[in-house]
Amino acid sequence: MRALILVGGFGTRLRPLTLSRPKPLVEFCNKALLLHQLEALRQAGVSHVVLAVSYMSEALGAAMREQEQRLGIRISLSHEKEPLGTGRVRAAGSGRGRGRAQAGRRRPGDTGVGTGAAGPLALARDLLAEGGEPFFVLNSDVICEFPFAALARFHRQHGGEGSLVVTRVEEPAKYGVVVSEADTGRICRFVEKPRVFVSNKINAGLYIFSPGILQRIQLRPTSIEKEIFPAMAQEGQLYAMELQGFWMDIGQPKDFLTGMCMYLQALRAQHPEKLHSGPGVVGNVLVLCPPVPTLAKWRGLYRELWLPSRPWCSPSSFQDPSAKIGANCVIGPNVTIGAGVVVEDGVRIKRCTVLKGARIRSHSWLESCIVGWSCSVGQWVRMENVTVLGEDVIVNDELYLNGANVLPHKSIAESVPEPRIIM
Amino acid sequence: MPLKAVILIGGPQKGTRFRPLSFEVPKPLFPVAGVPMVQHHIEACAKVPGMKEILLMGFYQPHEALSRFLVSAQQEFKIPIRYLQEYAALGTGGGIYHFRDQILSGGAEAFFVLNADVCSEFPLQEMLEFRQQHGDAHSFVILGTTANRTQALNYGCIVANADTQEVQHYVEKPSTFVSEIINCGIYLFTPDIFQHIGEVFQRNQQELVLEESSNGWQRAEVIRLEQDVFTALAGSGKLYVYKTDGFWSQIKSAGSAIYASRLYLNQYSKSHPERLAQNKPGGPVIRGNVYIHPTASIDSTAVLGPNVSIGEGVTVGAGVRVRESIVLHGASLHDHTCVLNTIVGWDSTIGRWARVEGTPSDPNPNDPYAKIDSETLFRDGRLTPSITILGCSVTIPAEVVILNSIVLPHKELSRSYKNQIIL
Ligand SMILES: Nc1nc2c(ncn2[C@@H]2O[C@H](COP(=O)(O)OP(=O)(O)O)[C@@H](O)[C@H]2O)c(=O)[nH]1
Ligand SMILES: [Mg+2]
Repeated sequence: MRALILVGGFGTRLRPLTLSRPKPLVEFCNKALLLHQLEALRQAGVSHVVLAVSYMSEALGAAMREQEQRLGIRISLSHEKEPLGTGRVRAAGSGRGRGRAQAGRRRPGDTGVGTGAAGPLALARDLLAEGGEPFFVLNSDVICEFPFAALARFHRQHGGEGSLVVTRVEEPAKYGVVVSEADTGRICRFVEKPRVFVSNKINAGLYIFSPGILQRIQLRPTSIEKEIFPAMAQEGQLYAMELQGFWMDIGQPKDFLTGMCMYLQALRAQHPEKLHSGPGVVGNVLVLCPPVPTLAKWRGLYRELWLPSRPWCSPSSFQDPSAKIGANCVIGPNVTIGAGVVVEDGVRIKRCTVLKGARIRSHSWLESCIVGWSCSVGQWVRMENVTVLGEDVIVNDELYLNGANVLPHKSIAESVPEPRIIM
Repeated sequence: MPLKAVILIGGPQKGTRFRPLSFEVPKPLFPVAGVPMVQHHIEACAKVPGMKEILLMGFYQPHEALSRFLVSAQQEFKIPIRYLQEYAALGTGGGIYHFRDQILSGGAEAFFVLNADVCSEFPLQEMLEFRQQHGDAHSFVILGTTANRTQALNYGCIVANADTQEVQHYVEKPSTFVSEIINCGIYLFTPDIFQHIGEVFQRNQQELVLEESSNGWQRAEVIRLEQDVFTALAGSGKLYVYKTDGFWSQIKSAGSAIYASRLYLNQYSKSHPERLAQNKPGGPVIRGNVYIHPTASIDSTAVLGPNVSIGEGVTVGAGVRVRESIVLHGASLHDHTCVLNTIVGWDSTIGRWARVEGTPSDPNPNDPYAKIDSETLFRDGRLTPSITILGCSVTIPAEVVILNSIVLPHKELSRSYKNQIIL
């Protein structure tokens, strides 16, 4: 089977992290976001994944080649280089050494072909139609326990043209909701921001389509949700499958952290052995890597979770990927700590993602933060309220950061008592 | 030459800008650099050869703290020290006039009058020498210092003859610029001063008789040294100013107590280095000038200073950071707390990883003549960011942040607070 991942543009909502990495390569719970999706797709029998991107990066190309080898699947890029209409399909298949991913021209401010745009579907038409079988389409910002196998089964059973995954929300009025038949799942209609209750299910951004759908889509900017889906629903060709378990759009830092909490909770239920435990660890904590007995073993583990020879992967952290946590720390609940991270003595961390190579110096206190790659957070620093540090940010000792959004390579010498962006 | 000194300590209606700290202890006894504010005055007076007696004058009811202080100060400085209580607030000149016999008893030929709410090097010997050099043994000397043009308006302003230093003009807190030489609230008088105060008294009495006031006698005795006496003496050849470049500040607000502590600790480093804490094996890390009461218990992993005063019986836990703060007796700082620009009240407790921080109101460091602004609490209806003050027996829970706030005594907080007065 094949799958199209709607990667889109510059991931501006997840800045400052996406100023250093393409969004699919930002680690979510110690694993690049893209890998969460690729691994789930492969498990469901997908052998060819197309990434729909509106800009190119060397790093993404390299990561794709790496994953092709690691997962034994083919990964292609569908690159919307020119505005739709004049552009043509640019499928840079990089499998088996054929061709190279092309570095496209960046168009600043282009958030591109993200969720809902049917354009990428049209662009990748040839690649997707080739197999003659149903293919998956997914939004790259979504995290959940991907139900691809079940979705394929569901799709085959009802025999319609498309299936989408829906998830329940508490406050449907904030979203567009999906109204479907209770027994069959057939979708009757979509209601944008309903003012009275009609449904509590929203589009989760995961689809499977039969190739026939490609006929519906023209090579022009088209909203799949606003134009294609309503038509399909009217013809009774679109079905909804309800998602079990958690779901989160992690496209922005606040939701990224919420999604992290949900993911760790699911991990607790399914793979508790992957979570960290020990003195000073509270609740669900994921540390890369907890002490691994032999060199060979950690090498293996490292290869599995990390992409060696990545441009951003420094040799030193490759040599010792295990994070170090000092004495008298209290870590958790809901913390992920990346490779090579050093947490010094007496640190308190809760509800945070600490990315690879960062250092948190002693006696600091962190809550609801994302600490970027190779950052250094000084002693007695307090950071909270969705403070996000871009790559290689230095926070001087004894500062207080409240909701600071700090661009990469910045050195901070003054407290940020109220939320703001530090250029 | 037999000398005396009078320290004007005011009374309970004074020092409201010092709340909530002045609820627990009269402001003149508030610890600055580890000892009660007026102990610095007493120490300076006791050092002057010929000093026979020191008189504290004010309108506080006699109370235990004051009596205990008098006893211990007499022992320490081996000089008689008494408290003279005014029957009502008699002003800066009325009290000394009322108690003139007490001041002159024992044949005092001259006496100093010092405002309690100043911090200074107290160049008393220099004032005596200055008067000697200026020939006239009966003249009076005001200690003066230089302020900047705008801040001078908040003080008594002195215009003096450039050669003789004779005071030609004196205005208390003018509304337009008069001079940048300001009154430090430290004076050297001879018994002749009582003639001049007496004249004011007579005049007051006559005016009040004309007004047929019922308690004219009492009100006639209310005399302000600055407005009523100095203004009249200016230009008479009897009043001189001795200008000092030594450190000097008023202590009106709690914020200025931290600043005054810094000035005194800095003086200790030159005059009494043994009073300052030293870095030694097994002890805490000391940065800059720090005073630690011998009964305090400080963990060896704590980092203190610069400008920290730790009171009697205080407990400081592991990994605690304190900077620019006064920690009063019996307080307890639990592990990993961070205390910056704060006065921690008697017997208060700060839970682990809590951050208690204020904003210093230091004078402009780029202006050598800048003084500390004893700012009002509110500006435009909002609390101006100032040092954080925890009243007596306040409990701060673990892991919260208290920023620029004033917490009234006996409060048990349960969350973070910013820019608030917590009743
Ligand atoms: N004994 C006594 N001291 C006073 C009285 N009024 C003020 N003081 C003290 O004199 C000093 C100057 O006070 P004041 O003139 O009120 O304040 P300033 O003009 O703002 O410096 C302070 O140390 C006060 O405590 C008073 O009525 N009696
Ligand atoms: Mg005055």
